[in-house]
Formats: sequence, structure tokens, C-alpha cells
Amino acid sequence: MTAPDNYRGYRGEALDTLKSFGAMVWSDVEITTDTGSFTGIVLPRSETADPLHIVLKLRSGYNVGVAAEGVRAITVHGRKEAHYKIPEKEFPYDPAKPRVKLLGTGGTIASRLDYRTGAVIPAFSPGELYGSVPELADICNLETEKLYGVFSENMGPEQWIGTAQAIGREIAKGVQGIVIGHGTDTMHHTAAILSFMVQNSPVPIVMVGSQRSSDRPSSDAALNLMHSVKTAAESDIAEVMVCMFGPTSDQYGLLHRGTRVRKMHSSYRSTFRTIGDIPIAMVSREKITPLRQDYKRRRKDQDVIINTAFEEKVSIVYYYPNMKPDIIDSLIDNNYRGIIIAGTGLGHVNKPLYPSLKRAHEKNIAVYMTVQTLWGYVQMYVYDTGRDMMELGVVPSANMLPEVAYMKLGWALGQTDDLAKVRQIMMTPVAGEITEREPSNGYLIFQGGIPEVEEFISRYRR
Amino acid sequence: MTFKPFSEMTESDYAAVGFKSGLEIHQQLLTEKKLFCRCPAGLYSDSFNAEILRHMRPTLSELGEYDGTALMEFKTKKEIIYQINHNTVCTYEMDDTPPFELNDQALDIALEVGLLYGCTMVDEIHIARKQYLDGSIPTGFQRTTIVGVQGSIPYKDRTITIVQLGLEEDACREVSDVGHRRVYLTDRLGMPLIETVTAPDMRTPQEVAEVGEILRKLVRSTGKVRTGPGAARQDVNVSVTGGTRVEIKGVPRIPNIPLLTYSEAMRQFNLLRLRDELHRRGITAETFEARSEEVTKLLRKTRYMPVKNAIAEGMKAQCVLLRGFKELLRWQTQTDTFFSREISDRVRVIACLTTLPNIIHSDSPSETLASSEWQMLKKAVAATEDDTLILIWGNEVDAKAGASETVIRAKEATIGIPSETRQALRDGTNGFERILPGPDRMYPDTDLPPRRITREHLKNISTKVPRPFYENIQWYNELGIPEDVKDPLSISPHSVLFESAVKRWGISPTLASVALIQLPKRVARNLGPHVSFSSHSMKELLLALKDHDLTREGILPVLRDIASGREFTRESLPPGCTDAELDDTVKRSLNVLSRTKVRHPEKRAELLMGLVMNDLRGRIDGRVASDKITRTLAEVQP
Repeated sequence: MTAPDNYRGYRGEALDTLKSFGAMVWSDVEITTDTGSFTGIVLPRSETADPLHIVLKLRSGYNVGVAAEGVRAITVHGRKEAHYKIPEKEFPYDPAKPRVKLLGTGGTIASRLDYRTGAVIPAFSPGELYGSVPELADICNLETEKLYGVFSENMGPEQWIGTAQAIGREIAKGVQGIVIGHGTDTMHHTAAILSFMVQNSPVPIVMVGSQRSSDRPSSDAALNLMHSVKTAAESDIAEVMVCMFGPTSDQYGLLHRGTRVRKMHSSYRSTFRTIGDIPIAMVSREKITPLRQDYKRRRKDQDVIINTAFEEKVSIVYYYPNMKPDIIDSLIDNNYRGIIIAGTGLGHVNKPLYPSLKRAHEKNIAVYMTVQTLWGYVQMYVYDTGRDMMELGVVPSANMLPEVAYMKLGWALGQTDDLAKVRQIMMTPVAGEITEREPSNGYLIFQGGIPEVEEFISRYRR
Repeated sequence: MTFKPFSEMTESDYAAVGFKSGLEIHQQLLTEKKLFCRCPAGLYSDSFNAEILRHMRPTLSELGEYDGTALMEFKTKKEIIYQINHNTVCTYEMDDTPPFELNDQALDIALEVGLLYGCTMVDEIHIARKQYLDGSIPTGFQRTTIVGVQGSIPYKDRTITIVQLGLEEDACREVSDVGHRRVYLTDRLGMPLIETVTAPDMRTPQEVAEVGEILRKLVRSTGKVRTGPGAARQDVNVSVTGGTRVEIKGVPRIPNIPLLTYSEAMRQFNLLRLRDELHRRGITAETFEARSEEVTKLLRKTRYMPVKNAIAEGMKAQCVLLRGFKELLRWQTQTDTFFSREISDRVRVIACLTTLPNIIHSDSPSETLASSEWQMLKKAVAATEDDTLILIWGNEVDAKAGASETVIRAKEATIGIPSETRQALRDGTNGFERILPGPDRMYPDTDLPPRRITREHLKNISTKVPRPFYENIQWYNELGIPEDVKDPLSISPHSVLFESAVKRWGISPTLASVALIQLPKRVARNLGPHVSFSSHSMKELLLALKDHDLTREGILPVLRDIASGREFTRESLPPGCTDAELDDTVKRSLNVLSRTKVRHPEKRAELLMGLVMNDLRGRIDGRVASDKITRTLAEVQP
């Protein structure tokens, strides 16, 4: 242990107090203060916490903070250092089971406590996974590779491209399915870009995460992992999918198409929903139940196409009433090459923006319209304002979700400067990002409180 | 040597077995909202709108170890169903939303109680997650924190140490637990409560109850805790010399404590004797021998109904052989309870074989299997005359789990008393609930930052801390107020007002105590127990008494007003009676009296007083009226 580690997280008065009494992190101590005394082990302190308190783990297992200013004496009795480690066991090999590769990018699917910040950080190894979810060995032979260890908000082009390339490598090696562990916040962004970068996959590519970290007994991580590994190993759906809880109950997961899925609640387990369509399938520990038949099937070949083109100078502009044209101007002036607008209603913005949109068009910037209602199609003929905008070069992008359109435009602009070609790429669906029709059950947001909905909820556990 | 019946046990008997007991008292706080979310507190309903299903998996503690209880609960593989009512539960309790900040109102009450116990207060509180894998909390852990340590209360000629005072969220109410399915109602979940933990300082079951009662009164004296069924629940820790700390969970009433703790002491005493007997027979943890065998085929033709039916439904039967255990399953543990219950309980809880009987054994005198069937089983598992056989039946997995739990529990008997939490049963005995959790189930809550408690804030709170009720009682004894008001006044939030009334406003102690306790009680009896008397109104009432704007006779009508929700002000009182009005009234009443035939002339004064007070009640002090009447009568008939 290095010297600063002996006082991990401590500074100021608390640090001085520890030092002056010869105590350090993991010391087993009795602290006498002006009001009483506390007995326990000195714990590291979160770096963001104040410099005034010493954290003790009492014999009862509780932690308390003792104000340094009140400390009169510290008696050190010994030392007990904690090693937080998930029991690691070798993942058993069964020649009769399919090979599945788990690629880790981070997120809370596997995590451990971080004393430095007091928050959870991602951890990942096949042995650890087997140690905490032994059921995985009943499904497949699991190999793992940690590509990245980042929270999902820190995923970017470098990680997307790296992940797509790793998928290509694994398919070439003949794995029967791929699972990608990912933080949930931007899982649908990554699912979208992988749907474009990885074409014609012969095997399932399943993205998975958890809404409750795996250090909680009620975590959805274990079940999500089982569902996703089962899908990768056994399903005949050779697409990029997101596999997360269907209901909040521990019942089944849903397999969402990578281009139609979106995180819709900041904390619910059942946060991922297919928008404007229905999911591909349901998955439980026992079986996979397709909800539709128009998915790409598993194949024996390895003819995957990896196209990792990506232009970073693309932005999403979420329109709001009273938006000023300088928002668009600043993108133009900063050499952006593509703009996705999330417009109101059928795809509108206010008139004051028109001159800026015209300027963007003249500067050869690709501008595409999506809807902030998320559900429904862009339709710019219904009102004159829409027609005016199309005149200004704004392209309606059907029912592509704003984040998906962002990813696709980056991917298209990465391939060509020719806006006509970009338009052709944008408007030709490659992975269900634009659908020809919206089924009536593609928009179901049940309204709580209404008698028939309440009746439904009380009849089916959700 | 046997354990004496409950009624014959003396203090020295308990001392002889080394009886030691401590309390953990859970007391709900009187807050508007729950502890970590903004759901209304104290709203209960058995009806529900939705159900959700969860499973629990063990996780590592902060120090990198698995907790024993957690692993046990995982073995049970329970499906947990939560019943949810939209009015009492939000997405926080369902574990679908992170916690909101700790409820300030609840924290301040906890701090107040901590100061009342004289605890060393924590300068910075850290929220911990205490794992509960039984499903009683949907997160799988209880958010809990320590606000103070090392307090004490006086008891007899010694002090009882308060080890710690915690603030935590309450758990679900269990609806049912059958097979692999446990159902919980979530309305109580998340309610703020304080947990008072005493050291094992009590030496007899009666002492445990008495200390429980003192602590109950102490926290109630703040006026900031909930009362009524389920608002306070006791866990009692018991051990005897050579025994183990065993926790009896969820004792709803303090009067149940003596018999329950007696039973546990008896159980430990008898289990230690059982161990001695095993050792005498040469059976130790090292030499312990057991085996189990599936015997379904051998019992196809049995006429013992529970097994016959089970086998007909495709269930399996497991036979466990305990080498050298002959007759020991009939070893008494508690009153009318035997060692076989220890095994049956484990099989019920861990193997989820919840339909009773779930085991039968060859020591049993009651008719179960035919003796020829026992003989067949003996042969199958190669048993001798010194051994005992136990039969367990259920689906294949559960029957196997039951057999292995049977072996585990029997082996523990050679070692001593397992650390367990046990349920309080109605007959005063207790049954196995789960393995006693240790500090390994604690984990820091990473969802909430630590919270600083400044000295200034504590100082502020300390001004509200009531004087301990036992000190109040001492003072009341000196004052000589009516016996029946002492106890309730000592823990009443109005005890502070009483002190002001006597010391600052010079009101007679008896009058003040009657106004604050006796008369409100009478009003509550008439109007229902839920009426309340606001401190503000009661203070105004006392001040009016002090200034003679209100008379003793006028208190009752005013209290009825206050109870029905009206704030009391002096303006609402009828005007005081003037001398002239008193003169008039007395004269008028005298007239009435003179026209009436009076059979007992010596009672004229009394009759006259009645007439006058009928007119002036509440507006004049009785003594003033009485004086006037005496004088007037003396004038008319000298």
C-alpha cells in the first residue's frame, strides 16, 4: 500500500487528526471524543465528502462519521483491511453447449463498490460472472472480453467502432452468439449504431445491462444476463437487439430491435420500450417466444459486413418554442456537417429559424427532421410551414427515432460527402429504423387510473 | 435435572442458568411522510391494485463476505409477491426509483430520542443497507442508519446500557408463506422507525418486560411516536450460560415477553443437555454420522395418508438415518415441544415444505408408518436399534433439500445452539425463522451521501427533549397530585405545560393535572379515542385558569370544544359574572326557592347553590358563589 493510500480520501482536519494519533485507513481503533467514544475500523473516505469527518465501521457493521474537531484521542488496536471480491470460479466447459461471447463495455451489469467515490464501479471477469450467476453455465460456454470499462454516457465513436470490429472478429471465430454488456443510459444509441455498422450478422447480437446494480439482492442484472445469454445461444434471431426486463417483475425480458428501442424511464427496471412497433420476442429462463416473424434468421455462414464509417460533426437539436436562430448558426459556424432536428408535432420549427436553415442548406449541411413525440411519422405536407421547410432542404425522416437518425446520419456522412447519396442511405431502411407502417398496437401507453386499465393491471402481475 | 415450570422460576433459578437478555425495540415515528419517499405515513389498507414478483440473490458485504442468512434465504428459492396499493406505495418502495433525501422530521425525532437516552451522538450519519433476503423489503435491504451510541437509562439500582439508536425504514407485512411463494403487503414498507438496542443487561424475563415498558414510555413521552397495533414491536435476544444469542423476532406486546424469554432459556438449557447426552453416547461433530436415501418405492403401499397422497401425486420420499440418535427426537426443548420440531422447522423454512406434518420419525409414539414399513426403511439405510430414522416427502428437489437440512440441524445439536432468529408463537414458545444475520450483511448505501449533524442543530433539538418520565413521577409524588394522573401525565406531551402551570403560573398542581389529563380523558371517553387536544389550546386554557377567566367548572365544555377541533381563545368564553349579576341571580333563585316546598330546610344552602350554578356555571368560581349564598342566607334568616 502506498503512502497516500493509507489515508485514502482524507484531507484537511480529518487527515491531520488521523496522522497525529498514528491511525490510518483500516486501523482498528477506539476514538474518544469530547462527548463519548466509538470503536471500529477506519474506512477510506469518499473524495467528494467534506474534510471534517473520520468514517468508522462500528462492530455492528454500521458506518458513522466522527467529527475530527471533537476527537481527543485515538487508540489503535490493530488493522483489518477489506478485500471486496466476488468469488471467482472457473467457468465450466461443456462441448455440447454453444459458444457465446460476452463483450464488456462497462455499466452496472457487473459492478463493485468504489471507496474513492462511494459509488459503484463496473467490474468484469468470466470467473466473477460465474461466481455470481452460476446459472449461465447451464446455457452456454461463455467467453468474455473486456473492451472498455466506461459508464454508458462516456461511450463514443471510438468505443462504437471498436465494439463493431470486435463483433466482426468474434463472428469470424465462429461464436454462436454475442452479448454486449453496456450501461443502460445510452444503450439504445449504441444499439442503433451497431445496427448500422454490423450488417448481415449470421448470429444474435444482444445488448444487455441492468437498472439495479448487481450489488443489490433485488438486482435485475442476473436475470437480464441469463435472458441475454440464452438469446445469444439459442435464438434464431440474427439481429442487433436490446434485452431488458419486460415488466418490472422478475418474469421475462423483451428483445427489442436495436433501431426501434428507447430508454423511457430514468429508473424503472422495465425502462426499455419498442417505439412505434412491437418487440421481436419475449425471453424467459425457459423459452424464447417470438412476437413477430419478420426478423433476420440465424445462418451458418460468417458473412458479416462491418462498416464502421462515422462522422462526428453531427448534432441533434431539440426544438422548443422561442428557439433563436443562433442555435442553428452556431452549428453552421462550427463546421457541423449534419443536423437532426427533433421537431414539434408532425415535424415543425418556428419561422425565425428559416433563414438559418436556408444558410445550412447553402453550406451543404444535411438537415433531417424527426419528431419529439417519438411515436408517429414526420409529415411535412399537412401544413404550409412543413412545405416551406422542405423548400429549405430539410428532409423528413419518416418514423426514425431522433437518436437513431443521429446515429445513422453520422454513419452516412462518414461514408460520403454527397448529400444525394447521404439522402439515399438515410431513407433506405437497413435494420428496421424506418418502417412502412405503424401497427395500431405500436403505440400503447396505458393511462393509469382508468377502470379498464386498473382491471388489467390487477389481473396481470406487472 | 429439569427446567421448572414458568410460575415456579425464581430470580436465583434464572441466575443459576445464566439468563441474559437484551431488547431491540422498533418504534414507528409520528411523521407525515415515509422515510425515503414522499408517500403518506401511517395509511394502511389490505386492498391492493397491483402485484409484482421478485426474487432475491445474495450479494457480498462491504468487507467482501457473504452473509450466512443471505445464503440460507437463497437456498429457499422463494418467489416473492408484493401487493401494491397506489395510495400508500410509490415506485420507491417497489425499488424502481432511487431514494429521495432522508425525511428531516423523522431524523429530528430520532435525534431527540437519542438525546433523551443520553447517547453519544453521531456527527455524520451514513445510510447503510442491511440485507434481508426473506423478501420483506423489495430492494433486498433495509436502509438504516445509526444516530447515537452508548446511552443509558436507570433501572432498579443499576443502569441499562443503550448500545445504539438507529433510524430505519419499516418492512412489509407478510400475508402468506406457502411452499415456494411468499406474499407481502407493502403499505407499511418505508415507514420511519427508530430501533433502540439495549445491552444484554436484563437478568430475568420480568426484568426484560419492565425495561421494555420503561423504554416504551420514554419514547412515547416525546409525543412524536405512533401508537396502536403494530406501531411498536420488540425483538428479544436471549442466552443462557454456554448457550448462544438467539433473537426472538416481532413480539407485538410487552406482556408476552416473560413467557417467551422463559421458553427460549428453557430451550437453550435443554439443547445443551441434549448435546451432553450426544457426547455421552460418543456422538460429536467429528464422529457424527448420517445418511439419506430416496425410499419412495418402499412406501408405495403405505396407508399413512400424508405420505400415501404425496407419492400418489408423484412426490418423492427421503429417509434420513441419524446414527445413535435413538429417542432423541423426543427430547424436550420447550413446553410440549421436542427436538423433532427444530428439524421440522428447518425443513419447513428452508426446503419450503410448509404443509404439516412435514417429517415423521421412528421415535414417534404416534401412529404413522406401519412398523413393518419402518423395518423396511431400517434395512434400506442399514440402521441399527440405536439409530433414528426421519422421513421427509415433497417434490424431488425440496425432499432432498429437506433431507440435507435435517442432517445439518442434527449435526448442530452436537455442537450447541445455532445462532438463529426465531418467531414468537402464540403459546409462548418460539419457532425457527432464519439463521441470525451478522455484520456481514451491512453495505454502505451508495445512493445517498452522508449527512452532517451539526452541534448547533443538536443543541436546538435538545431544547425540545422532555424530562425523563421517571423524574417527572418523582416530582409528582412530592406534589401529591391524584394517583391516576401521574403515569399518563408523566409521558404526556403536556407534561411540559404542567410544569409551567405549577412553577410559573401558580396554578394548583391538582387543578392543572386534572385539566390536562383527567378531564380530557373523560371527553375522549365520550367522543372517541381519536380526539386530540392541541398544545396551543391547552396552554391558553391554563392561562385562562391562571387569570380566573375560566373556572374549574368551565373546563369540561371548553375541552369538548377543543376536542371537536376548535382552537380555544379566551374571547370565546362567556363573560365572567359580575357582582351585580351574582346578586340578581341569588335573589331570583331565593325567590324560586321560597315558592317551593322544602322538605329538609337544612339543605336550603345546597339547593340554592344548585339553582345559582345552573345559571352561572362556567362563569363563576364555585367558591365565590358559595360564599355569597352563605352570606345572603345569613342575612335573610339571621
